This record gives sequence, structure tokens and C-alpha cells, in this order.
Amino acid sequence: MLWETVRLALLAITRNALRSFLTVLGVVIGVAAVIAMVTIGQGSSEQVTSDVESLGSDVLMLRPGSSFGGPGVSETVAEFTLRDADALRELSVLSAVAPVVNSPATAVYGNANSSTTVTGSSNDYLDVANWTILRGRGFSPAEESSGAAVCILGESVRQELFGNADPTGETIRIKTVSCDVIGYLEAKGAGMMGQDQDDLILMPIRAVQRRLVGSTDVSSFQLALAPGVSADRGTREIEALMRERRRIQIDEADDFRVMDMAQIASMLTSVNSVLTGLLSAVAAVSLLVGGIGIMNIMLVSVTERTREIGIRLAIGATARQVLTQFLVEAIVLSVLGGVIGILLGFAIAFAAARLMAIPFTPSIEIVGLAFVFSGLVGVVFGYFPARRAARLDPIEALRHQ
Amino acid sequence: MGEETTGPLIALRDVSRVYGEGEAEVRALDGVDLTIGEGEFIAIMGPSGSGKSTAMNIIGCLDRPTGGSYLFHDVEVGRLDRDQRAILRREYLGFVFQGFNLLPRSTALENVELPLIYKGVPPAERAARARSALEKVGLAGREHHQPSQLSGGQQQRVAIARAIVDNPMVLLADEPTGNLDTHRSREIMELLVALNRDDGITIIMVTHEEDMAEYAHRIVLFVDGRVQSEDYRPAEREG
Repeated sequence: MLWETVRLALLAITRNALRSFLTVLGVVIGVAAVIAMVTIGQGSSEQVTSDVESLGSDVLMLRPGSSFGGPGVSETVAEFTLRDADALRELSVLSAVAPVVNSPATAVYGNANSSTTVTGSSNDYLDVANWTILRGRGFSPAEESSGAAVCILGESVRQELFGNADPTGETIRIKTVSCDVIGYLEAKGAGMMGQDQDDLILMPIRAVQRRLVGSTDVSSFQLALAPGVSADRGTREIEALMRERRRIQIDEADDFRVMDMAQIASMLTSVNSVLTGLLSAVAAVSLLVGGIGIMNIMLVSVTERTREIGIRLAIGATARQVLTQFLVEAIVLSVLGGVIGILLGFAIAFAAARLMAIPFTPSIEIVGLAFVFSGLVGVVFGYFPARRAARLDPIEALRHQ
Repeated sequence: MGEETTGPLIALRDVSRVYGEGEAEVRALDGVDLTIGEGEFIAIMGPSGSGKSTAMNIIGCLDRPTGGSYLFHDVEVGRLDRDQRAILRREYLGFVFQGFNLLPRSTALENVELPLIYKGVPPAERAARARSALEKVGLAGREHHQPSQLSGGQQQRVAIARAIVDNPMVLLADEPTGNLDTHRSREIMELLVALNRDDGITIIMVTHEEDMAEYAHRIVLFVDGRVQSEDYRPAEREG
């Protein structure tokens, strides 16, 4: 009997295929938006998590300023210097200290050029940031201390300047500096925010400071914790050292910030989930509007089919049977919309995942949820028109033209 | 026709049906007494506004009297609720209308199956019974035609097949030949006569055509919401 009713409902829906499609469009869009948002959100949090894991949970970051975004507009905060690096190296809780200074620059080789970022650091940076030298070598101690013009290329820069050729031993020009290529890095792919991580050139920090930036500032430190040291303990010791070095009074707040990777990850994912939540709310509203659309068209349908309802009642259909028929029709309609929406949503999420280079993570829970929700929309918004149909007076209904 | 040992099949006693209230009150039926026995063939006639359609709706359990008593098979219909009357219609009554009232985009077979769907008859049995009903009204081979592909007479035959598919006790026909020409009308009437004679189905028919009323055993004339006369016909057309 139920299958019979579903079959009848499908028949009624396909008779007015175009109208049925337009009717469920609201539900389709709502469900597709929810599915796409949630799937993309999940994918990007997964990406962030795995990126952070690849950085290592034993990595800390030290930046000037009091907030994540670095010094604010009105803040004037003393920059770090390489003397801070030497002091940090004294701490037993740290196994590696990589001072970092970045400078945007264009690198030129022959006719090829590449707009990139030059990162000045030490060999420790390779360990802390998880880089592997694919070919060539790291900086020698002499190169580091003298600030020699030598560089290690990221994969994207290598591709742009040399194609697939081996760049080691060649000389490239960065701004006005001629620089010997001593190696290149293994590719990492896209980062947490979708940026190209391989778009960089590594140079000894002294070389960048003196030849490209023209200052002795260090913009941040990347620090690796010694084995068995907790992030909390490491953070405490670094904070104590820095407060002392920067002569911060006991009642003054820090003018620097130590972050561990868990904090960075949760910051990134929280932005992510706020965005997902907001868009899902919009999608929910669209689902509501879709439901009202279904109610509207079902009311029209009941009016149009008044005579049919009269016939059915006259030949012995009970009010409940008529109610069931129209309710099932509304549910089938909105579930159909839900199914189309689920497919469309996954298609959008899949395309977006490819585009943003994040994992495509369809979840069965969200499919179930969308299915149940679209069915619920059918029940809620289909009930009123169905009840109206069931309450028709058979005599009046038969007279209806 | 033999006498029933229980009460008559249909007994209306002082039945009234009033629409509206006060000034706007309309007495469509005003003290109708009518008894119909099993196996009878009744024609109800009367000018428009005489209450014959209202009487038909009440006998067909689509409507309830506002006064008096209507016993169907000793059951007081006035006391039944909507769904109980729907079930009574489903189990004992069949309807044929002037305008055929078939579902337009369903096939003849689907139309005839409809009452069985609401009764919960399984599909295979449903189709078989609908087929044999269509055969009975002379429409074998037209099972998969839609109403728009059938002539008026054929559509009315489908409607009759739908009415008799569940072997009703009573067939109610409201101007069944009203939309048909004389030739088709006679064919329909002969079909009704055969159903009455061979299957013992009680037939109650509203008509304004004398020629059609001639087929009945009894002609009941309604005027101003009352039964004015009952004219028993000789059984000349039987046999």
C-alpha cells in the first residue's frame, strides 16, 4: 500500500516534471549548499590538521607583538636580533633555533624570472620546517656566519627558472645580488591556506639581512623542542628568557608571543568552522524557503485536483488515505530534491576540493542528515495542503470544475 | 421481487436536508419517505431544484440528513462519521455520474482498479478483477486506453465497471445518460438492466429523460423536496 502510494506520487510528480523541478529547486539549493559547505569545511580542517602534523607537534613559533597577526598598527615593538637567537640556543629545552626574515624579491636566471619570497634562516630551518634537500647541500657554517650569497631553491622557483634542469652550480640574480645555487628542495605542495609552499628561496639569514633587507632585524623564530619537553614547559622558559632580555617589568604584558602548532591549527580551523557555520545557516534558510515553495505548489495542486479528490472520496477513499496520498507526494517531492541536492553538493565540494587542493571527504552522516531533513521539510510543509485535501466535502469537490 | 425478512435495504423516514439558517434557510428535502428493496431498479425524476440530487447524495452516503432517519441495511447513516460513511460507500455502493468522473490521465484499467486500491486488494488480484469488470461492460481490449481516447459511451462504461468492480449491493447513477446521444444512452441503459437482472444489483438512477426512466421498475417523482408520486412499472422489459 505504501509503495503503491509512492508510485502514485511519482506519477503525479512526473506528469508535471518542469513544475516539480522548479518546486524542489529551493530544497535542491539548500541541501546542495549544506552538503558542499560541510564537506569543504571538513576537507580543509583535515588539511590544516595534517599540515600541522607534518610541521611537527614539537615546533614553537616566536613572534614580536602581542597578537597572532604580529604587531598592530599603533604598536611599536622592538624587533628580535640574531643575539636573541644565540640566547635561545642556550636553552636546554630547545633542540633547534631558526631565526627567520622574509623578503619579497624577483629572481632572474637568463630570460626566466620568478616573483618569490626569499627566506633568510639557518640550516636549522630545514629541520624545523620539515624541508628535505632533494639535491645539493645545506649552508656551511662559514656561509652562515659570513652571510655568503648562496641559495637553495623551492621546487616552484626551480621550475620557473630552470624547468626540469638541475640548477646546482648555476648563478641566479636576486634583486642586485648574484647568488650561487647550492641545492633545491623536495616539493611540499599547497599549504594550510592554499598557498604554494614551494614558492621560496632559502639564503643564510645574514645574507638576506645585509644584502636584501638592509637591517639586522629577525622577524620571527621557528623553534624545535628538545625530545621529551612539553610545549607548555618550552613556552614558559622562552617567555621567561625573552621577558628578561627585553626588560619587561613584572606588571607589564609580553610584547612577543610564543605559539605552538596546536594553537595555530585551532586558530585556523576555528576561522574555518565559523565560516562553515555561517554558510550552513544561510543554507538552512534556503531549505525553509524551499519548504514554503513545496507547500505553495501542493496547495495549488490540491485546488487543481479538487475534482479528482472528490472522485476518490466518493468511491470510498477515507480522509486518512487522501491525506497520506498528498503527504507522501510532498515527501517524495522534497526527498527527490534532497537527493539531487546531495549529488549536486558533492559535485560542488569535489570541484572545490580539486581547486583548493584539499582532501575530498564525503561523509555518510551528512548524507543521512540531508535525507532526513529534506523528508522532514516534506512532512512539515506537506501536511497543511494534505489536510486541506482530506477535509474536502466530496459533493462540493465533485461539483468543482 | 421477494420480500426481505429483515428491514428493507434502504429506508428513508421523514428525511429533511436544510441548508443555511434563518432567512437564508433552504429546505432541499422536506419530509421524504422512501423505501427501496434489494434488487429493485428505481428511477428518480423531478424538475431541477426538486431535491432529487440531494436525495441521491443522502442515499449515497455522501451527505447526511439534517432531520429524520435513513437506515441503510438497518444502520442509521445519520450517526456515521465521515470515514465510516466512506467505508460504507467502499463496501456496498457504486457510483456512476453524468460527467463520468474518470481520472483523466489514468488508463481504463487504473480507473477501475481505484476502489480496490483503497480497499487494500493486492495488485495482481486487483488487475484481474478490473479486467473482468471491463469485460463485463464490453470493453475488453481497451484496458490501456485513457479516457480521452474513448468515446462518451465507452467512458461511461469504464465508470460503470469502476462502480461494479467490488460487487456493490447498490449502484447509484446520477443522470448516467445525460451526456450521451440516444443510441449510446440505450446501450448504457441495457447494461444497467443486465446488471440489475443478472447480478441482482439494486439500481437507483436519477434522470430527467422519460425514455430512460421507462427501464426502471418504479419511477419516483420528486417535487419541492418531497416524493410526489411513486409509479410502479409493469415488468414488461424483463425477459
